[in-house]
Amino acid sequence: MTQAFAQSRTGWRRKLGVLFVVHYAEMLQYRVEIALWAVATMLPLIMMGVWAQAGESGLFPFSQVLMLRYFIAVYLVWQVTIVWTIHHFEFLVVTGRLSPMLLHPVDPCVRFILMHLAEQGTRLPFALGIVGLFLFLYPDTLTGGEGGDIWWPGWWNITLALAACYFAFILRFFMQYALCMVAFWHERVTALDAIQYLPHLFLSGMVFPFEVLPEPIREVLLWTPFPYTVWFPASLLVHGEAPVLRGFLTMAGWTVAFFILYRVLWHKGLKHYSAMGA
Amino acid sequence: MKRYFNTLRIFWSASISAEMEYRVNFAMAAFSSVMTLGGTLMMLFLFYRTGYEMGGWPWRDALAVVGVFTFLEGMQATFMAPNRTRVTEHVREGTLDFVLLKPINSQFWLSVRTVSLWGVPNIILGLAIVGFALTTRETPPTLAGLASGLLALGLAVLMLYSLGYLLSTISIWYIKLYNITMAMQALVETGRYPITAYPGAYQAFFTFVLPVAFMTTVPARLMTGRGGTEWLLGAVIVAGLLLALSIGFWRFALRYYTSASS
Repeated sequence: MTQAFAQSRTGWRRKLGVLFVVHYAEMLQYRVEIALWAVATMLPLIMMGVWAQAGESGLFPFSQVLMLRYFIAVYLVWQVTIVWTIHHFEFLVVTGRLSPMLLHPVDPCVRFILMHLAEQGTRLPFALGIVGLFLFLYPDTLTGGEGGDIWWPGWWNITLALAACYFAFILRFFMQYALCMVAFWHERVTALDAIQYLPHLFLSGMVFPFEVLPEPIREVLLWTPFPYTVWFPASLLVHGEAPVLRGFLTMAGWTVAFFILYRVLWHKGLKHYSAMGA
Repeated sequence: MKRYFNTLRIFWSASISAEMEYRVNFAMAAFSSVMTLGGTLMMLFLFYRTGYEMGGWPWRDALAVVGVFTFLEGMQATFMAPNRTRVTEHVREGTLDFVLLKPINSQFWLSVRTVSLWGVPNIILGLAIVGFALTTRETPPTLAGLASGLLALGLAVLMLYSLGYLLSTISIWYIKLYNITMAMQALVETGRYPITAYPGAYQAFFTFVLPVAFMTTVPARLMTGRGGTEWLLGAVIVAGLLLALSIGFWRFALRYYTSASS
């Protein structure tokens, strides 16, 4: 009994490993496109310019160095939390290519998550190159400038931030995947995605650090999932002053909610789905 | 010349009636334009509530930059983006042959073939924001400033078009253009705020390498009377160079076009 259980577990690990390697090899073919994605996601680094300049004035809670660090951290966090599954899923449903995937013993969503991880692995070297360029242009980010301290968040915060990043990825994934299910009824779900992207853009801390928000607005936003996908992991890396317990609990709550929503819609949607042209 | 105008009229009335089929999409585009503008205004609020002035610009002048950016975004979505994707399709399917055979300039045909109404909300919102920023200023704009600002706005459209056409020309060699376009759009985002709000390295890059500064900051600068004719002259030169480059590069690229499966 225990032996069979152990065997099935190694079997799973092997399957996931093989799937990951396959998708990684697939993604490597598209490395030029993926390198361009590392540029296309540079918005936090552009905002870094405006905020670093603003930080110099001393009118904001963050100094220039903290602004630089914050947006470098946001860019890195975003590299792990980008989810694009909706574009892929729409294509699969509209063309009927989802059908063969349904016959696999592995749930399609496991495959989609592995695809994202493989794509992230391909993109990371380019993203690190871009970060390197900005650190070269603004060495104060690392050294802290005159009289400042070196940027070292500590092993514990780095571990927490990494955990938060991948948790945030899973949360963002199920948030978008639940929306993907609309594709079973409506052909153009990517148009919907453009709308759900807006709160993520403006309320997650991607374009400003949460510290500059007026207190009441900040308190309300901390109940939504958005800040935990960008601001929370980035803050752990920058100064470590983040509500750790609350962060992980809120993320867990929203992830479970979106996961349940996805399962319910998935079962309803599959009944509605008749593959293409049937 | 008359032939070109007639062609334009036929093309656009046809594509507008085709677009009318997707009214829900239009409503969604309008909704997302309003939301994006709301987000940008929130950003301005976060900067200005502390008494900080972005690059020394008072908030109404910075608002004019936001308006110019929103307007250009709308122009891009209405006139340029839909044609760009078509160039790539023509190259991939080999139908560019038929375009080249037509008794009309191929770049003209490819640049004006369709319009999409998706950008119209942004065009209207952008102009409204510019209007609001200029009329509520303490010192209203002078007639000369306004005229040169509007001229610079026209030149900005020309720059955006030329840059976009340069990109679509690349599809003669390399078909997967979508990602290059995305990358450029991400960089153009810089134009949402006055260029002086950025550090030196950013200012240099976005003035001399990718002239975003000439697209949004310069028109707003002229309209609000914060710049003299030297800025207008600069805009004329940059727009002229980019347009010449896009025409020259297209002619050069056509020499490498080998049609489909040949």
